[in-house]
Amino acid sequence: MELPIAYALAGAILIVSGLGGVLLSEHILRKIMALNILGSGVFLLLVTFAYRSPDSPPDPVPHAMVLTGIVVAVSATALALSLARHLLPPSKTPEKFPPP
Amino acid sequence: MILGLFDFLLALALVGLAWRILATSDLFQGVILFIVFGLLMAVAWSRLQAFDIALAEAAIGAGLTGALLLHTLAGMEQAAVPSPASNPAAPRFVAKRILTNGILGLLTLIVGATLLRCIREIKRPELGVRELVMEELSAGGVSNPVTAVLLNFRAYDTLLEMAVLLVAVVGAWSLGPLPTSDPRPTATAPGRILLGLVRLLSPIILLVACYILWAGTGQPGGAFQAGAVLSAAGVLLVVTGVLAPPTLGPLYQRALLLTGLVTFLAVSLGVMLAGRDFLEYPPASSPQLILLIESALMVSIAITLLCLFVGGPRSAPDNSRD
Amino acid sequence: MIVLLNEGLIHDAVATLCLVAGALFFFAGTVGLLRFPDVYSRLHALTKADNLGLGLIILGCALQADSWQIIGKLLLIWLLALVASTTSCHLVAQAAMRMRIEPWTRHE
Repeated sequence: MELPIAYALAGAILIVSGLGGVLLSEHILRKIMALNILGSGVFLLLVTFAYRSPDSPPDPVPHAMVLTGIVVAVSATALALSLARHLLPPSKTPEKFPPP
Repeated sequence: MILGLFDFLLALALVGLAWRILATSDLFQGVILFIVFGLLMAVAWSRLQAFDIALAEAAIGAGLTGALLLHTLAGMEQAAVPSPASNPAAPRFVAKRILTNGILGLLTLIVGATLLRCIREIKRPELGVRELVMEELSAGGVSNPVTAVLLNFRAYDTLLEMAVLLVAVVGAWSLGPLPTSDPRPTATAPGRILLGLVRLLSPIILLVACYILWAGTGQPGGAFQAGAVLSAAGVLLVVTGVLAPPTLGPLYQRALLLTGLVTFLAVSLGVMLAGRDFLEYPPASSPQLILLIESALMVSIAITLLCLFVGGPRSAPDNSRD
Repeated sequence: MIVLLNEGLIHDAVATLCLVAGALFFFAGTVGLLRFPDVYSRLHALTKADNLGLGLIILGCALQADSWQIIGKLLLIWLLALVASTTSCHLVAQAAMRMRIEPWTRHE
């Protein structure tokens, strides 16, 4: 059984990119997106380790962990976005939509 | 061989998208690319035989997170990048920035190297608890192994996950009203086409959510995916103004929020009254209990995600009830 | 009739043809997205690709389906995608009008 090496490497690169993005980005929205990319990389790595072969079903425990992880990630993202909204005040007027 | 090429291209696309998201200077473009990234991840999950995760990623990762990001982007000042107080091109600042970026970059590379070592060393895929799960599956009450793991074998994790969702809502809403808490970014009323779409989609979404919940016992699906799909209906209704955004003041709204966690706790503590352990379902009624818990979870997750999207109470003067 | 032809070579060939045609429509839509001069023509290219391309792919998948329930679900997917893409095309065009984006004309 061959480990799907393409996805494993992609997962590792996503983790590294996400971590770099979180540490080095300036805008907070980009930090939050980088955090999500980091999470997606971790999930990709986990599911790759759970993969068996195209015919036999995969290991379900990492799948359950990743499912839990996705839900927790979205709630953390929502909380972070709420904090960001309070940190950075809104635009004065919606410039893209001039009054008709 | 063709599929191997497809996997390679998909992995390349994922990495390229991630790079583009982090490198582009236009945040709107970054958010749109992030939604595309989520959808490509869903395809990758399907390739890795993780269909439950593919459903969840498409609904939650691409759909809801994308909506959250767009909503936040619309509500905050675009150019609000914290800039240094004095001249950013001064040599002191440049040197400090190079040092900081260098150290952080080095840390990141060390993490990357460690990960590559791990990938090289994982050569024993026969490890893992899949066989154990398959043996106990018939006693679990459901035939979808992921649902069995989530709701039966590792039910404690799911219980705490519901608590985490609740904490997120309480945390986001205790910050007070959002600077502009009107969920509709433009003041114009929705047109007839959009209202027609909402009228068409709402019952279909409800049906699809209930189907995903029901099918989750034997096929890919389950409470989380169903709850996310249902929350999409809620977001659609709130954004077009058909439904007033939840204020979490009335008791029934708070009750809906809590129903998942409370049902889960009631079942897990209730079985102790029958002499069993915490969260040890009696095997005879295990399927019904799991379905009951999952239904309550679906409702709670939908309301929670909708409240997370709305983001906070309205900035009305009568905020006496905290 | 679908059941009768399920094993034939013609059946597989027709299904493959549908899938490839759908993919070509999506490719054309992407080229349109990248090359067309303004938002309105890009929307036109995208929704054309979305409706027809997806319809052809769904047809190809339906020909390979095992039961009527799966065909029903595939049709539902196509209808929902149709409705959603039409509405979002309309909304984007409306927003572009409100932002006073002028349609591209040949003289520019």
